[in-house]
Amino acid sequence: MIQIKDLHKSYHMGSNSLHVLKGINFNVKEGELVSIMGSSGSGKSTLLNILGMLDEADSGSYILDGVPIKNLNEKIAARYRNKFLGFIFQSFNLINYKTALDNVAMPLYYQGLKRKERIEKAEYYLEKVGLADWSHHLPSELSGGQKQRVAVARALASDPKVLLADEPTGALDSVTSHEVMDLIQGINDEGKTILIVTHENDIAQMTKRIVQLKDGVIIDDSPVKQIRAKEHV
Amino acid sequence: MFNIERWQEIFETLRKNKLRTILTGVSVASGIFILVVLLGFSSGIQNGVTEQFSDDATNEISVRTRSTTKSYKGLNPNRRIQLKNEDFETISSTYDDYLEYRSANYSIWSGQIVYKNETGNFSVQGILPDFQYIENANIVDGRFINQADQNEARKVIVIGTKVKSEMFKGKNPIDEMVSIFGINFKVVGVYSDPGGEREEDNVYIPISAAQVAFNGGDRIRNMEFTVPMQKSLAKSVEVSNLLLENIERDLKQKYIIAPDDTAAIRVSNTLEEAQKIYSLIDIIKAVFWFVGIGTIIAGVVGVGNIMIIIVKERTKEIGIRKALGAVPLSIVGMILQEAIFVTMFSGLFGLILGLGLLELVGPTIDNDYIKYPQVDFNTALYTVFLLVGAGSFAGFVPAYRAAKIKPIIALRDE
Repeated sequence: MIQIKDLHKSYHMGSNSLHVLKGINFNVKEGELVSIMGSSGSGKSTLLNILGMLDEADSGSYILDGVPIKNLNEKIAARYRNKFLGFIFQSFNLINYKTALDNVAMPLYYQGLKRKERIEKAEYYLEKVGLADWSHHLPSELSGGQKQRVAVARALASDPKVLLADEPTGALDSVTSHEVMDLIQGINDEGKTILIVTHENDIAQMTKRIVQLKDGVIIDDSPVKQIRAKEHV
Repeated sequence: MFNIERWQEIFETLRKNKLRTILTGVSVASGIFILVVLLGFSSGIQNGVTEQFSDDATNEISVRTRSTTKSYKGLNPNRRIQLKNEDFETISSTYDDYLEYRSANYSIWSGQIVYKNETGNFSVQGILPDFQYIENANIVDGRFINQADQNEARKVIVIGTKVKSEMFKGKNPIDEMVSIFGINFKVVGVYSDPGGEREEDNVYIPISAAQVAFNGGDRIRNMEFTVPMQKSLAKSVEVSNLLLENIERDLKQKYIIAPDDTAAIRVSNTLEEAQKIYSLIDIIKAVFWFVGIGTIIAGVVGVGNIMIIIVKERTKEIGIRKALGAVPLSIVGMILQEAIFVTMFSGLFGLILGLGLLELVGPTIDNDYIKYPQVDFNTALYTVFLLVGAGSFAGFVPAYRAAKIKPIIALRDE
């Protein structure tokens, strides 16, 4: 599903140059649930941004579902993001003046679906995350866990190849964290490829494979025995 | 532009951001409102002042004579200068190419006019047919003096509406006979004058008839001419002044008057006066336009300003939308279309409000110098489109910059 070869990325700030990714190689097969771990500054967020086509690598190759991702202009990047990827952010990033339902329907709008179809699909995914009753509430009327579940529904709505989650539980307490992880595991069980960036070990243990990043290189990449989040709920 | 999904999106955004929408709308609507009212009053002043000058043709040259005040070439002062028919004919033929309308005038200032039992004193003027255009007399009934009347010295008379109302008390005066100093004249027409009542208590008869009836011989009191309007007012004034100098010089030569004797022969033109007033109107108009354009610029800057705030406020939202698959053009389109819709809607609202005010207040304004303030609807509409165009241009820069924002930066947690 994802093939990355010798990926480099530097940031230039004035005369200083910061070499963040120093040759990353890794592959993700379809249906995997991978966590990317590392302390802050290890380059894990940069890697996720490149995977999410929000940022571009300086060198190296990135192939997503057989499509080489390089020299993207903004228009094509936007189309690929819409088609291939679903994002889950630490701070949810819901549009605060739109209802839960409209937030979930947003990627479908950019896919060019008709309103009726959008609403139907969005309702389906909201129900899937257990928020059917909250569809007409604004984000400000939802709890943190509920907001993240709306975000998960939104990420799923466009039926992407890969879900990218950047610290999905970072703003949640442990109980809601486990609820969200349970949801993510459920989605993975259905066959969806998911990448999670986290620095919490117990969250990483709930995935199937942990990639350890340090100072821009992968120092460890090994499968783990998955702990089901349900056991904690 | 006609994508219904886009419109739904925009209406939803506007509904959810009421304060912002209202603020933008009010700034645009008030700008257009002020502009419309200003333009209205500018045209009102123009109408009012133009009307003040409408009693006579503005391009008129008149020639009058009095007595000499200076001795010249052995002739004594206090010599009475009397114009004759031949003077009028000489000037008419000499300057034929430069004259539009011409009329000699033999008048009796206070003529007693009798109709049946009614008597009144009016100024009786013997004139030529062209005088109708020099005096701006509008025929409301019958006809004016014509050339045949003049050639045959017919005893016909054209009366003002004031004379009609005082003497005829609502009866139709056409073909009735009135007598002036016992001489009968047949009424052939009634005129009104845009200058108002003051100008409507004259009665006109052919100058030939006046000279015969009132012992005029070949004497005339004064002469009136108009010069054709040139391409520009300044050019007309130039021609008019040149003509004025030549006529004065010719007459002074003929009657042997000192060149510096200003009292004996007075040739004056109204055009120069009119030019002063018109240039004043032009200045007022320019000032109003200046203020109006200033208002528009303020409106445009306001729209641009609000757009910058909108973009700033929505940076994160734009980042989210881009992460979810919005192409840059759709972001620019979304913000611009929203801005254009708001400015257009509120611009038209301000326009209607302004036109409504002028329509309501306009007729109640009773001032000699402001009349019928109104705005050409097309001008106002163009202004709205100009504002919308300029506003969206001002808004395009922030919108474009918004579209350039990298989602990664917009989404960065603060």
